[in-house]
Amino acid sequence: MSAATPRAVPNPVVRRVEPFLLPIALLTLWAVGAAQGWISEQVLPPPQFVWETLRDLATSGDLWMHAQASLQRVVVGFIVGSALGLALGTAMGLSKKAEAYLLPTFNALVQIPVLGWMPFVLLLVGIGEPLKYILIAKAALVPVALNTLQGFRQAPATLREVGRVYGYSRRQQVLEIVLPTALPTLFTGLRLGFTKAWLSLVVVELVASSEGLGYLIVYGRQLFQLDLVMAAVIVVGAVGYAIDRLLDLAERKVAARNGAIA
Amino acid sequence: MSATLPAFAGVADHTPLAAELPPEAGPAVRKTGAGRWRGLVVPAVAIALWALAARLDLVNSALLVSPAKVAATGWDLIVSGRLWLALQASLARELTGLVIGSLGGLVLGGLLGLWPRFNRIVGPSFNTFKQISLFAWIPLISVWFGLGDVAKVVFLSLAALVPVVVNTADGIRNTPASLLEVARVYGYSRTQTVLRVVLPSAAPSIFTGIYLALVYSWLATIGAEYLLVAGRGVGNLLIEGSEHFQMDMVIFGMVTIGFVGWAMNAGARAVERSLARRLGR
Repeated sequence: MSAATPRAVPNPVVRRVEPFLLPIALLTLWAVGAAQGWISEQVLPPPQFVWETLRDLATSGDLWMHAQASLQRVVVGFIVGSALGLALGTAMGLSKKAEAYLLPTFNALVQIPVLGWMPFVLLLVGIGEPLKYILIAKAALVPVALNTLQGFRQAPATLREVGRVYGYSRRQQVLEIVLPTALPTLFTGLRLGFTKAWLSLVVVELVASSEGLGYLIVYGRQLFQLDLVMAAVIVVGAVGYAIDRLLDLAERKVAARNGAIA
Repeated sequence: MSATLPAFAGVADHTPLAAELPPEAGPAVRKTGAGRWRGLVVPAVAIALWALAARLDLVNSALLVSPAKVAATGWDLIVSGRLWLALQASLARELTGLVIGSLGGLVLGGLLGLWPRFNRIVGPSFNTFKQISLFAWIPLISVWFGLGDVAKVVFLSLAALVPVVVNTADGIRNTPASLLEVARVYGYSRTQTVLRVVLPSAAPSIFTGIYLALVYSWLATIGAEYLLVAGRGVGNLLIEGSEHFQMDMVIFGMVTIGFVGWAMNAGARAVERSLARRLGR
């Protein structure tokens, strides 16, 4: 595993404690620094402040309201984007002709990041919910389409040969050979699509929104309440992390089942 | 982590994902030489329809500008030098952030990869840190560093740092055990092992990291210009166009951003290929 020469491995207790050393050290430094007045509260509020703000947000229900707004945007955007991505990727993956016509345009459009699209879409549809849905959908669409295309292309030649020997029809080839081998990659695409959607949500809400977790960050920044900013950042990070872990778990389940077949 | 960059590495904000694809899948989507004209059909038809719609005033809106208008605006921006000023400002910032972030990433990634204890202590914290959406840092950065160039460079460095750390550490850790075995048999010292075995074996992965840093930092450049509005850059051109309802400026700005991203990808891939050739891989 490691490139380093194997040395005495520390005992399990030390191993267990080590990952927490740095966070604890930083937190202590932060708390002590704030208590001693080394750092002004405006620049870095003490940790207990952030914690209190987080608790207040949770108990007052504000947090859920904003989280719900964000989640709704992400889910709607993701569903639309990944559905389009799956369709586009499937078309390009199954037909060389479709790929020849569509892929270059797709690649060219994809060069422009979500933030580049924002002013354009903003002028077209205004600053309401559709703006968020469109941008989030775009963010999810790209990895889903690319991974779908990739997935459909990676059926091993030997398997396809077997299909040919058995006299499979094109339909059978696709359903019984191409699709099963494509499944793990398809799923990877969906997971990455969701991650991208979540990241774009934060960006979109930072720039243009009046509710949602990203808005909470901007709002706190405008009021110079850094405790609010940090609490919101923690929630954004935690939700993103939780979603990623869940999808990762599901992905490994799919991969394991698929591995059992192959 | 494979050395080969994906064939469609041109996909600006998604290359990081593509890098996770199996390497053998790459050539499948490579463009074939023959029939490339087909790729031009869709854009040609789209532009023709767009021009037609603009000419016939199908949509009664100031937003439907003709392709010719966009080209004229672009030409104006080029001739007047505004585009160069903006590009210069954006690229200078990006480069600064890229260099700082990559150097920091090489050091941190090297430590994580080579020093097991450091990895056990810092690794988990770093993995948590990188989960936080980069853009969520901007409000904090803006409080700590203001809205000017310093804040932007800090943000860009952060954007460049993460992929370099991850790929450097991965590349070092994935040094084949057989190579390390050979080094042991030859009685290499630790320094020799690192310099002659580990680093060459990790080089492709490290390069991938820097390449991703280039992609990320370009994205972050645009993002920083949005969220830390101050000064001029390509992103500011877009914002200005949007504020003044100048669709032609917005479209030209988008094309410029896309083009710069593409050029960076193409350049990085060319460098990667020539490096790979020199390393004899």
